[in-house]
Amino acid sequence: MKRAGSAVLALVLAGLAALMAWIVTRPVQPGRDVPAHIAGSIGDSGVSHPVTAVLLNFRGYDTLLELVVLLVALAGVRCLAPLPPPRGGAPVGGVLSELASLLLPVLVLVALYLLWAGASRPGGAFQGGALLAAAGILALLAGRDRFLWRFEHRLWPLASLGVGVFLIVAAGTLGGSGVLLGLPPGHAGTLILVIEGFALFSIAVTLVALFLGTGELEDREP
Amino acid sequence: MTGQALYAVVGCALFCLGFHALVVAAHPLRRLLAVNVMGSSVFLVLVAGSAPGDPLPQALVITGIVVAVAATALGLNLLLRLSVPAADGESGGGESGNGRQPS
Repeated sequence: MKRAGSAVLALVLAGLAALMAWIVTRPVQPGRDVPAHIAGSIGDSGVSHPVTAVLLNFRGYDTLLELVVLLVALAGVRCLAPLPPPRGGAPVGGVLSELASLLLPVLVLVALYLLWAGASRPGGAFQGGALLAAAGILALLAGRDRFLWRFEHRLWPLASLGVGVFLIVAAGTLGGSGVLLGLPPGHAGTLILVIEGFALFSIAVTLVALFLGTGELEDREP
Repeated sequence: MTGQALYAVVGCALFCLGFHALVVAAHPLRRLLAVNVMGSSVFLVLVAGSAPGDPLPQALVITGIVVAVAATALGLNLLLRLSVPAADGESGGGESGNGRQPS
């Protein structure tokens, strides 16, 4: 009975996959040529890379709420009762420790470069934030996490900095031009860089805190 | 079939494979991984199924990846919480590492 059930399930799913494959290979007939539309108005966006223009300007509302989702996930994790600190594991070796001290400045530098490069080529706050978070996690794993301690007690202000700055800009544009997140073309580039800079930092702090989970930094044996 | 269409078809197959694992797997970690595979397949379909060079799906996928990471972290923490006995001495899932017995 169970075998028959899983065979039916596999058949149904194979049929579903075939149907979906047929649908996604149909020629696309857009009502409006979105890439051309974006390319036409990219001059007003303040950046020259179309993905960044969509993320931070044309669909900034999406990105703002997406940063809120990150905060909600962090709130969900921090609401859980604390777990006992992980036990066992090999002690940190000298190679990992030295490698981390070599790599950490490079990672921070590349993250900031990605933020800056986002204006004209692939890059931006999310890529840079992920890299900065990777640097933080590497520091945790290599036991070079002393500098993270000072973040621990200000976790919520630091993690919500990105959303806060984004909201201030949104309120400013609402008051100035009457359009929520309608960035004025003259200052759009600067505003995007400011939003992205704070968002990068908050994304990194949030991801490192998510990696730590319910545990406090003090609980962890380096 | 162009290379881009092939990626979209692979995305469809991955989605159904992930869904199969979600239905069949008993261990919560496997289910979480299955949902992750399904999410990644949606990103693949979204990028490969759109017109070449369309920045809109790419922007959606970039934000989606970060949200997926955050949701996975929340799910993993919930799983850990399930598997570890509560701090006040109440015995929870025990040492088996999973909160629910595989059926």
